[in-house]
Amino acid sequence: MFEEYSMAELTDILFMQGFAGLILFSVLVLMALGLAIIFGQMGVINMAHGEFMILGAYTTYLTSHIFETYLPALFDGYFFVAMALAFLVCFALGVLVEWGMIRFLFKRPLDTLLATWGLSLILQQSYRTVFGAREVGVTLPEWMMGSYAMTETIEVPINGIFVMVLTLFIASGVYFLMFRSLWGKQVRAVVQNRPMAGAVGIDTGKVDRYTFGIGCGIAGIAGSAFTMIGSTGPTSGQLYIVDTFLVVVFGGAQSLIGTIASAFTISQSQSTLEFFLSGSMAKVITLLIVVGILMLRPQGLFALKIRQ
Amino acid sequence: MCIFNYESGSRDNSPVLKRRSFIKTLIAFPLGLILASSSLSWATSPTSEVNTTGLAVTDDTVTVGILHSVTGTMAISETGSVQAEKLAIDQINAMGGVLGRKIEYIQEDGASDWPTFAEKSKKLLVNDKVASVFGCWTSASRKAVLPVFEQYNGMLYYPTFYEGLEQSPNVIYTGQEATQQIIAGIDWVVKEKGAKTFFLLGSDYIWPRTSNKIARKHIEKLGLKVVGEAYYPLGHTQFNSVINKIKLKKPDVIYAIVVGGSNVAFYKQLKAAGIDLTNEKPLLLTISVTEDEILGIGGENIEGAYAAMKYFQSLDNPNNTAFVQAFKDKWGQDIVIGDVTQAAYLGPWLWKAAVEKAGSFDIDKIRAASPGIELTTAPEGYVRIHENHHLWSKTRVGLAQNDGQYKVVYESEELIEPNPFPVGYQ
Amino acid sequence: MRQRSNIRFMSRQEVFGYVMLAVILLAIIPLSLDVFRLNLIGKYLTYAFVALGLVLCWGYGGILSLGQGVFFGLGGYCMAMFLKLEASDPESTKIQSTPGIPDFMDWNQITELPWWWEPFRQLPFALSAIVLLPTLFAFIIGVAMFKRRVGGVYFAIITQSIAAIMTILIIGQQGYTGGVNGITDLRTLLGWDIRSDSAKVILYYVCSAALFICLLLSQFIRYKKLGRILVAMRDREDRVRFSGYDVANFKIFVFCLSAMFSAIGGAMFTLQVGFMSPSFVGIVPSIEMVIYCAVGGRLSLLGAVYGTLLVNWAKTIFSETFPELWLFAMGALFIAVVMAFPNGLASLFKRYIEPKLPAWYSGKTMVSKAPIIEKDSSMETAHANALGSEENIGPSKSLAKPETAVTVAPRTDEKLEGGVYVD
Repeated sequence: MFEEYSMAELTDILFMQGFAGLILFSVLVLMALGLAIIFGQMGVINMAHGEFMILGAYTTYLTSHIFETYLPALFDGYFFVAMALAFLVCFALGVLVEWGMIRFLFKRPLDTLLATWGLSLILQQSYRTVFGAREVGVTLPEWMMGSYAMTETIEVPINGIFVMVLTLFIASGVYFLMFRSLWGKQVRAVVQNRPMAGAVGIDTGKVDRYTFGIGCGIAGIAGSAFTMIGSTGPTSGQLYIVDTFLVVVFGGAQSLIGTIASAFTISQSQSTLEFFLSGSMAKVITLLIVVGILMLRPQGLFALKIRQ
Repeated sequence: MCIFNYESGSRDNSPVLKRRSFIKTLIAFPLGLILASSSLSWATSPTSEVNTTGLAVTDDTVTVGILHSVTGTMAISETGSVQAEKLAIDQINAMGGVLGRKIEYIQEDGASDWPTFAEKSKKLLVNDKVASVFGCWTSASRKAVLPVFEQYNGMLYYPTFYEGLEQSPNVIYTGQEATQQIIAGIDWVVKEKGAKTFFLLGSDYIWPRTSNKIARKHIEKLGLKVVGEAYYPLGHTQFNSVINKIKLKKPDVIYAIVVGGSNVAFYKQLKAAGIDLTNEKPLLLTISVTEDEILGIGGENIEGAYAAMKYFQSLDNPNNTAFVQAFKDKWGQDIVIGDVTQAAYLGPWLWKAAVEKAGSFDIDKIRAASPGIELTTAPEGYVRIHENHHLWSKTRVGLAQNDGQYKVVYESEELIEPNPFPVGYQ
Repeated sequence: MRQRSNIRFMSRQEVFGYVMLAVILLAIIPLSLDVFRLNLIGKYLTYAFVALGLVLCWGYGGILSLGQGVFFGLGGYCMAMFLKLEASDPESTKIQSTPGIPDFMDWNQITELPWWWEPFRQLPFALSAIVLLPTLFAFIIGVAMFKRRVGGVYFAIITQSIAAIMTILIIGQQGYTGGVNGITDLRTLLGWDIRSDSAKVILYYVCSAALFICLLLSQFIRYKKLGRILVAMRDREDRVRFSGYDVANFKIFVFCLSAMFSAIGGAMFTLQVGFMSPSFVGIVPSIEMVIYCAVGGRLSLLGAVYGTLLVNWAKTIFSETFPELWLFAMGALFIAVVMAFPNGLASLFKRYIEPKLPAWYSGKTMVSKAPIIEKDSSMETAHANALGSEENIGPSKSLAKPETAVTVAPRTDEKLEGGVYVD
């Protein structure tokens, strides 16, 4: 199928396709990080993850409106404010949800799954009531749109680079938080042995609460970033949810490295397959590969050995 | 199902007759107005005469049904149709109603779920005995309710442009079937823009696939080339790979039939990948993005794309000016009106015209009266119901602007005949 | 071997419960509702098959499948394929370019019936496919998962992705499956018009009868040793394994059984509603079906039926009057059921209504009331319910004595199910 193209064209396409894969990889990591933290730490599957992302997107939408109306001079930089706000709003809601709901369902992972599904329905309808059933368009600052032409044929989307940088930033932030801070030490202690962590004076309830909050906050940032590449509507969150879960489960629950590795595998196989097959078949084959590997290795790519 | 394949070139089609009937309409319209208002002041016909089949018609009111999704994923699209139908009903009531009866409506939520549509339509027809139903949006919901309407003999006014291949005695299709939207659009892009190669892209379900099939046949008939065709699942949000493919194939035209949330992702990513649609290299022609969708996409992301539709909010004619004003007065100044919204607005008016022509609410009489019904007051201009229950309407091409509106750049001279079973395109 | 023969198939209460349900389903509902509403109830009852399967596999087996819609859909599609072929005889499809094949195939330029559609012309084949195909599929999934000790949340997520894959496949292969529209416009079953009012009534009774058969079969399983092993496995899987049972086989069995029930429900759905579409295969309906089961009480077979009816009835009423509020109500229901009454309607009934019922209802088995009065009664009644009346169980013979279960795992149905098994 390649005879008709010159060698140069092929290398260019190869490069751009690799880049498309990298963007997809960043998107998946960004989506999955928040969920991975919550799942890994608390064993809670947060089915409302997508709705938290959309909350972040709506926050961005509102911020862009405020800046357009009151601070048009600073519009170019509003996106950073919006992301910070998205984090805060989602963090606050996350803490609230943990306090009001999740902590009562401690050690009942299947039940949290149902309860958070209920939460997602309520959030969806709230968005519809508040923002209307139609999608909203988020205006982006001019500099974030368009592309950077490296050569004549190779053009790199700026928002793609933005997502990649953001992902790198968030991922390293999470790494430092988890592995270099006191709080992270506490989180890891609780994951490894909850009663023992409690016995040495760690407030496990508080650790859970903030973990959940941070997980949701990261979802909010992801949602905020995705206004660049996706839609913002009451039900948009559902578009992400299956992919997100697969990334987390495929990676192995308690392992952040696993999440990243699985996002890489899934994104590369999907974008490669998409190029050769139709989009639908690529998706089906990717999902089948993931399910197949999970059947062979149910604990995911990377699993933390813990005492049950 | 009673499906007849109408030969194209039937009597209805001859241009002479068309012009004559148009003149007749011109004369009939003021007359009709006089008659309509006179029927108000004089006796309204007794209910027992205008309603022999036990529909929900009283001496003062007639009940109709509105059946759309107000929850679920399709609520995004269907909201506009609900608003248009309610506006039309209000306006008809303000003019004195239908046969002297005020229209009341029962609204049901299809919840973006096809079986729910079937269930609710059955409720409307069997329990509420509504005189007609305005509703459905997706083909799937229409297919789900179709047997119900045929079994209980209801009348559905269906607003969406769709893939065709259907013609039910119980449905009036107020949107375009595929050929009405596709062929004139492609002809235009070939003639005006000199397009030679096409890349077909769509969401993966029946409407885009059928439409692209017709498009491909037509393109190949013209001796031109389709260089690629790709489909993505509904709700897909990553289009970078296909954009790369497009860059590799360098088509003159991207023919895009992406729907729903995917739309937003596709156009944003297209722009981000450095394909500036205003350069028309490649040119993008779509049949799935109305002003409603641009709200979500953002005008700046789709500026420069072309859309082939029958209606744009920016159409410049007195009917449309009045319609847009009334719509905004009722639903808010920021609101936009897309092709389907306008088609939904036609539903109650076409029904009213049919009822008045038949002098009865009975479904069978409405069906008999419907072919040939004309609407000179339609925002899109003049429309007429074909014997195959679709509308004769014009095809227009609009150029997307930064402000989220389309600028009309082309309008077919004649009304285009609906042809839901296009011979040679299957 | 026959030492447990003193265990009755049903306690007095259960007999009463089944009789009540029979009266409600077979007499009260058909007599008080018109055909339209009766048909609606019939449709709801088809979901009850899925809920019933979930009681067995989630409530008893501890396996939460979020992909039951796949089996419901498979069953429904098998039925729909047969009906569609019957509706597509060359006479009524003569306007197509290829008469005699389903209309959607013709629209997709398919000129002959695919080979795997061919056998569905025979009703016996279609009927056995309805039962066997989903069961076989469940068996394959079950073997792959349970033999490798995948469980808990992992299993839930994987079944969910299977549901997603199935939906994408069905929609993508629209020439063979009808795509997103599904297989519509089904008319007759062996010449019998299934759309007529009389057919709707008959189908309602057939559906109720099939549901009763499935209920009794479940009751039978629960009363046999198998049911006890399932409960024991759910509560302390490792101990059952150490006792020499192959846990995986039991899980596979119960998963297959629940798949089979779902498939029967799906087939009944197709018959009563007249079409089948991929919207039942996806993730959302699959999760919704779990909530029917949770509302009824995940340990109560009868509760599954009542839960399904209640939720769907509420859904219909709500969406007729306040469509906007429906999602709020549904969401609140999910949260409330999980947080406030994890054993659903059944536990409410046990706690509040049953004690007030006259003595003849509980009969001489007064002992069985004992746990009800205790504090954490919802759990223990559930447990008693799970194991039959307490007095009936020879303590030395029972695999999972209630006391043990209560002390070891205070919230027996909420065992921490990490997906990672470390032996």
